[in-house]
Amino acid sequence: MFVTLLVLRNIFRHKLRAFLTALGIVVAIASFGLLRTVVDAWYAGANASSSARLVTRSSVSLVFALPLTYAQKIRQVSGVAGVSWANWFGGVYVTERNFFPQFAVDAPTYLAMYPEFTLPDAERKAFYTDRQGAIVGRKLADQYGWKVGDTIPLRGTIYPGTWNFNLRGIYQGADKTVDESTMFFHFDFLNESVKKVYPRRGDQAGVFIVQLRDPGQAAVVSEAIDATFANSLAETLTETEKAFQLSFVAMTEAILLAIQAVSFVVIVIIMAVMANTMAMTARERYAEYATMKALGFPDTYVAGLIVAESLGLALAGGLVGIALTFPLAQAFADAMGTLFPIFFVSDETVLLQVAATLVVGLVAAAIPAWRAARVRIVDGLRAVA
Amino acid sequence: MSGDEPLVAIRRLSKVYVRGDQVIPVLVDINLDVARGDYVALMGPSGSGKSTLLNLVAGIDKPTSGEIRVAGVDIARLSDADLAAWRAAHVGFVFQFYNLMPVLDAFANVELPLLLTSLSRRERRERVETALALVGLTDRIEHYPNELSGGQQQRVAIARALVTDPTLIVADEPTGDLDRTTGGEVLGLLDRLNRELGKTILMVTHDPKAAEKAHRLIHLEKGVLAD
Repeated sequence: MFVTLLVLRNIFRHKLRAFLTALGIVVAIASFGLLRTVVDAWYAGANASSSARLVTRSSVSLVFALPLTYAQKIRQVSGVAGVSWANWFGGVYVTERNFFPQFAVDAPTYLAMYPEFTLPDAERKAFYTDRQGAIVGRKLADQYGWKVGDTIPLRGTIYPGTWNFNLRGIYQGADKTVDESTMFFHFDFLNESVKKVYPRRGDQAGVFIVQLRDPGQAAVVSEAIDATFANSLAETLTETEKAFQLSFVAMTEAILLAIQAVSFVVIVIIMAVMANTMAMTARERYAEYATMKALGFPDTYVAGLIVAESLGLALAGGLVGIALTFPLAQAFADAMGTLFPIFFVSDETVLLQVAATLVVGLVAAAIPAWRAARVRIVDGLRAVA
Repeated sequence: MSGDEPLVAIRRLSKVYVRGDQVIPVLVDINLDVARGDYVALMGPSGSGKSTLLNLVAGIDKPTSGEIRVAGVDIARLSDADLAAWRAAHVGFVFQFYNLMPVLDAFANVELPLLLTSLSRRERRERVETALALVGLTDRIEHYPNELSGGQQQRVAIARALVTDPTLIVADEPTGDLDRTTGGEVLGLLDRLNRELGKTILMVTHDPKAAEKAHRLIHLEKGVLAD
């Protein structure tokens, strides 16, 4: 009790200094949390991917589609439990600024493979039975104010023309790691329309999604699928869904590394600021520490007071910074719209923030505490004169 | 330890400071006894080694050679940790600049050394109140050092020095930062501690008026006892 009182009073001895230092920690910890959340958002797709699913695409490039007939051959590969397919649509809703992903999928097989997209049975049935039907995620529906029954017009960029879709359902993620900002519609609707205008582009799938019987067989099945189409006109590259998602992340890896570096640099800077504060604080109080030691307090007690003060100040700022991260992240997510489909402050980020706060407090106190513990009483007492 | 033995027995005590290649003798072959209940003033010009001698007896510095026995314990041989525990139990300090904790009120400042004891909170409170009553500061119990005059701060420091009921009180220029009147009050208080409570006091001072209060005057010249 007495020690707590002493530590608290020492923390607020120079109120302006304590306030400014704590403010610095608030900004640093909140920035660290926000930047970590941005990085997490980038990896969200990969992290949410299932180990029981493979993605098969053209070995040349994702922009080259594969014959739809491959589905039957993939289904026959040992270890494959199911196959579905999808095409990136790349439509524009009203203006280019309204970006969100749209996929033409083989709805029954696709949704069976993605149980994390939860949809009321009635809406699922309505979607299946409407050739022009579509479903969107809750986040996307909320963003544009869509409700079931609305018509959603998209201007095609890859598939020219205006495409009208009937919104038949709004799916929700089984948990917060599931993307709720994607639109799905029927592959057949796209395929049949395309075949009328561009017959050579018909019956082509961008990717095949493969459900594995045993996730442990992913490598073997991947090889078997690719071997099936080796030396064909459209060779395939099969990889886990996670690897497929990470291949997109890899395109922006330099940016991610920069963000990660900045997030740690912020912590190092505040650590230096805090260390300077604690060094000044300890230097000003050498006479007091010497007095305590003269009274019989052990060196470790004096060092402990400095560590406790540093930790107290760091935690005061750190906890406010952590609390602020949540509204900041929400505001950032709102401003970004569907650019980051999954954007939330993870438990891991909060733990990292707590750890960073503690590290800042401990590192900042280390040298001042060591010096205060080592200072000779007679030298410390002289500091008052 | 028999009743005839001195409380402080210093034998062949030397202290040198080494500055690079230079060896500076501060105390040379000091032999000194201080009886229990004595009130000793150490005087001498600046640099004569009187504060160093006080620091050595108080256990906040270590000699280069020799023996310092206080209440039968050769404190020169104690480890740092043991010496800290010994100081907590046996020495009360009064400094020239009071050395109070500015963030603690008078009560907490006096209570500070009692945190190293096993006394309960109630027992600590009783002791602190008694000590503050003894120095006449009962009405200033919740005042912080910056709310007290220099003389009052020194009285709080004296209360802190005696609250653990130490064997020895060491005072380094206790009136050095006070005016004559206030300094006289502090000296009167130390005198009372010696006469009424039987406390052994070792005091360093430049002030002849302060030295007059002591039972015994010891002069140091260039690290050697002058008489």
